[in-house]
Amino acid sequence: MSAISVEAVSKRFRLQRGAPRTLKDRLVLRGQKVAPPEDFWALREVSFEVAQGETVGLIGHNGSGKSTLLKCVGGILTPTTGSVRVNGRLASLLELGAGFHPDLTGRENVFLNGSILGLSRREVERRFDDIVSFAELEDFIDSPVKFYSSGMYVRLGFAVAVNVEPDVLLVDEVLSVGDEAFQRKCLDKVQSFQRQGRTIVLVSHAVDLVQSICDRAVVLDHGRLVADGDAAEAVTTYRRVLYEPQMRMVDAGDPAPVSDPAGAEPSDPAESSADAMTADGEDGPPAEAPSDLTMGERHEQARTGGVQIVDVWCGPSHHNTTYVESGDELDVVVTYDAAEAIGDAMFGIAIADGRDGKEVYGVNTGLLEVEMPVIEGRGTVTFHLGSVPLLAGSYPVTIGITSQDEGTIYDWREQRHRFEVLARNPGVGMVAFDVEVTVEAEQHQETTHGSA
Amino acid sequence: MRVAALNQRGPGQPVGIVAELWNHRELLVTLIRKDLKVRYRGSSLGFFWSMLNPALYLGVFYVVFQLILENGIPLFAIYLLSGLLVWNLFSSSISGAAGSIVDNQALVKKIYLPRAIFPLAAVGSAFVHFVLQLGVLVTILVVTGYRVAWSYLWLAALGLVVIVVLAAAIGVLLAAVNVRNRDVKHFLELVLLAWFWMTPIVYPFGLVQENLGDRSSLALLNPVSSVVLVFQRAIYARTTAPNGDSILPVEGQLWFLRNVGAVGLLAVVLLFLAFRYFRSVEGDFAEAL
Repeated sequence: MSAISVEAVSKRFRLQRGAPRTLKDRLVLRGQKVAPPEDFWALREVSFEVAQGETVGLIGHNGSGKSTLLKCVGGILTPTTGSVRVNGRLASLLELGAGFHPDLTGRENVFLNGSILGLSRREVERRFDDIVSFAELEDFIDSPVKFYSSGMYVRLGFAVAVNVEPDVLLVDEVLSVGDEAFQRKCLDKVQSFQRQGRTIVLVSHAVDLVQSICDRAVVLDHGRLVADGDAAEAVTTYRRVLYEPQMRMVDAGDPAPVSDPAGAEPSDPAESSADAMTADGEDGPPAEAPSDLTMGERHEQARTGGVQIVDVWCGPSHHNTTYVESGDELDVVVTYDAAEAIGDAMFGIAIADGRDGKEVYGVNTGLLEVEMPVIEGRGTVTFHLGSVPLLAGSYPVTIGITSQDEGTIYDWREQRHRFEVLARNPGVGMVAFDVEVTVEAEQHQETTHGSA
Repeated sequence: MRVAALNQRGPGQPVGIVAELWNHRELLVTLIRKDLKVRYRGSSLGFFWSMLNPALYLGVFYVVFQLILENGIPLFAIYLLSGLLVWNLFSSSISGAAGSIVDNQALVKKIYLPRAIFPLAAVGSAFVHFVLQLGVLVTILVVTGYRVAWSYLWLAALGLVVIVVLAAAIGVLLAAVNVRNRDVKHFLELVLLAWFWMTPIVYPFGLVQENLGDRSSLALLNPVSSVVLVFQRAIYARTTAPNGDSILPVEGQLWFLRNVGAVGLLAVVLLFLAFRYFRSVEGDFAEAL
């Protein structure tokens, strides 16, 4: 049984200028002509299902309708047409601490908020200590929340909401609040929800986050669903939608845009389109001129498929998460499937900077002088990175399987995977250095030296 | 599951609003408690504030009507209070309920709740005040050894239920209307002022009967009058002043039961219509606020 089913939901907002807002206006303006209402369709015929235990990301640019859709699922807005069905207890984290009353103490607000979110008083009592310790507010729980900092406010709101233990959790951008440590805690909580088989729908601009924690993603553009599928592919579609106007400009300069289907002859990269990057079954915009392809995209075009990448896992060793802290160990595990016996396979990984796509580090089994056996059938190759000296951010990972001489590309996944780094290091940039600062005053000169 | 009502939502499966509210009854209690807590937080007099309003009315009306106008109602304080408390319950219920959706917009826009719970919580909080004020009145009655009409008390209890249902119906309706017409509250103030003086609280119904004669039953078209009368009959309990002036109608229990029953019927129908209207527009609240 699906946890959420959204069937052909459309939502119309009526914008009426000069419409009467008060009874007085209604009486006074009676009979006067009012401008006809302008209709704005925030959602059009959106349908999708979310299975029990699935984590689905909802992405789209500003104004694409993703928050409206989430509100329709949450029952806050009623769809103009179509229907939404939710099975199970639902909690929505649309705004943390909505319903907190500033004059009430933290304790009173926990009970109030808990019961707004559907807990009985007894249930709140049972979870009260967990809530307070999760929010790390033991010392302030009996002060009115108007004296709380915004961080404390949000922490308490999140703590109550996640302790409702909903079957279906709707999250709107709230994971980007609080400090790094609290964010990590929130992510941990979300991931423990996933392990418990709860259903999560997440709205976010942070595509990296969506890619790392969602099984699936739904992309909205101007109220229409334009992609629904594997998170990585959906993110690619999203980026495409976001940058579509620029792409069109590129196309305009090209007299004869090539638009081959995705299954174009791989041996001829010059003729292929970039459709391989779009979601399955999705008609992409006209392909860019071949010269626009990056090296990586060409590699993807050129793969022969002798060995296939079946699955890739990047995350910290021993933890079932996809984020690490600076200095943690990181595993990149590549599961391959070789259709025939191949003796010259070389596995490579490259880590890029999520902000500009520039390579941070790359290595392959050839450079590492790893003796590669003849591979046939399924197996894994694990790259164990002893330490990740990176600052906070999202780092896309490219995986390639080539021949030793790199003349044949068996399979290539250009930046399709990624891991997140959470850093306690306060520095800016990309590399996490260990820094100690010593300040010493010299005897005769009263100046201060800083050293980094 | 406690929130079973959430399971099948959407235009295809309208859930009975009453069933949904019943599932959230504990939240209703919490919201009422919150309202009372917030109202008296930071005030040193606390609940005594809610006694101040009837005490002030009592003082002013005593001076104006008993001393200046010499209306000749014996034990005017008890006469006034027995009607005024019911009126206060009614008027503070609907004025609180009318603004309740707008006042709680932070919640309405962010969390799904059966939204009719907000006007009902306003009625509930008014009811708590009524009980406290009634407590004071009862204390006065006991201390002074006042003789109430025991055989009419059950009718007063019935009247209490009826007035709460009536107030809830009007409150739910106005709460919904107020979302798109924010001046409902101002209109309501004027209407309530007129309504108050059209109800025999300060002056006796006997006076109305005297002046209108046969047409005095027209005054009973005001549904609040019937409930106020039954309270006065039960608590104040005197139908005639020592000088022979009529204060309350000299009628049996059946007459009061008929009036209160008619208002009760009206209240139930009105509540049904109010819920239906509320249900039809509540989907727009989040966007209209």
